[in-house]
Amino acid sequence: MKTAVIVFPGSNCDRDIAVALEQATGTAPHMVWHRDTELPAGIGVVAVPGGFSYGDYLRSGALAARSPIMTAVREQAARGLKVLGVCNGFQVLTEAGLLPGALMRNAGLNFVCRDVALTVENAGTVFTHGYQAGEQVRFPVAHHDGNYVADPETLDRLEGEGQVAFRYAEPVNGSARDIAGIVSADGNVLGMMPHPERRIEPAHGGDDGKRMFTGLLEAVGA
Amino acid sequence: MKLRIYVTLKPGVLDPQGKAIEHALSGLGFSGVDSARVGKLIELEVAEDTADADVDAMCRQLLANTVIENYRIERA
Repeated sequence: MKTAVIVFPGSNCDRDIAVALEQATGTAPHMVWHRDTELPAGIGVVAVPGGFSYGDYLRSGALAARSPIMTAVREQAARGLKVLGVCNGFQVLTEAGLLPGALMRNAGLNFVCRDVALTVENAGTVFTHGYQAGEQVRFPVAHHDGNYVADPETLDRLEGEGQVAFRYAEPVNGSARDIAGIVSADGNVLGMMPHPERRIEPAHGGDDGKRMFTGLLEAVGA
Repeated sequence: MKLRIYVTLKPGVLDPQGKAIEHALSGLGFSGVDSARVGKLIELEVAEDTADADVDAMCRQLLANTVIENYRIERA
């Protein structure tokens, strides 16, 4: 399967996620510059990587969300393209309106950089079907603005519709209802603060993240 | 023409930076500070004939995240 990774000025996990996608698909992803206006034809997954796009100026992800390529990402997402946003990518997807809510400064004001335990809340999404519901996994986090907020009605809807994909199993950043990752109403867009691409082989301390990529590609029909 | 755009967190949205400032002020011995909220001031120099609707669109589309923030436009 063909995949793509969007690269913004300041992206720094673009190569990590490219390695994870290449390992799962056997093909190197297209690296798409943020000023491009079209995604490569025939891709099944596009990743919006972690990092500090535009230096987090104005708000994390705000400027990246308005870059030319995001119009194409929004259009393709509406047609069902699978979009995976990790860390800054999650911030970009909320700012772009592809996912509800917003990500604010961590409640403790600390940059959090460590491994955290997550509970897989919904193993029925294309992104999480490599896991068991209720299973605990460990992914690294590295963020300053991972405090997920949304109004209570939105939070209730996310919970009720199974859109909470991952929840922190321990206090990390003050996120509403310990939400670590959510999927869109259509289920084809996932945003999460923890980094599955940094946990894909034993040398990383485990390969919990690898199953996201292999599971996603199985679900999409690699 | 100079515009000042004040972007502030909506009431009820937890403001971790404001909380830290509130605690620091009380640590300095200032009593009676009930709360602190942190916002942004964005100054724009725009053409005299810039329409109000355009400025409003700038705020809604980019300068403020209306999920969590309010904005106020002031003509200087």
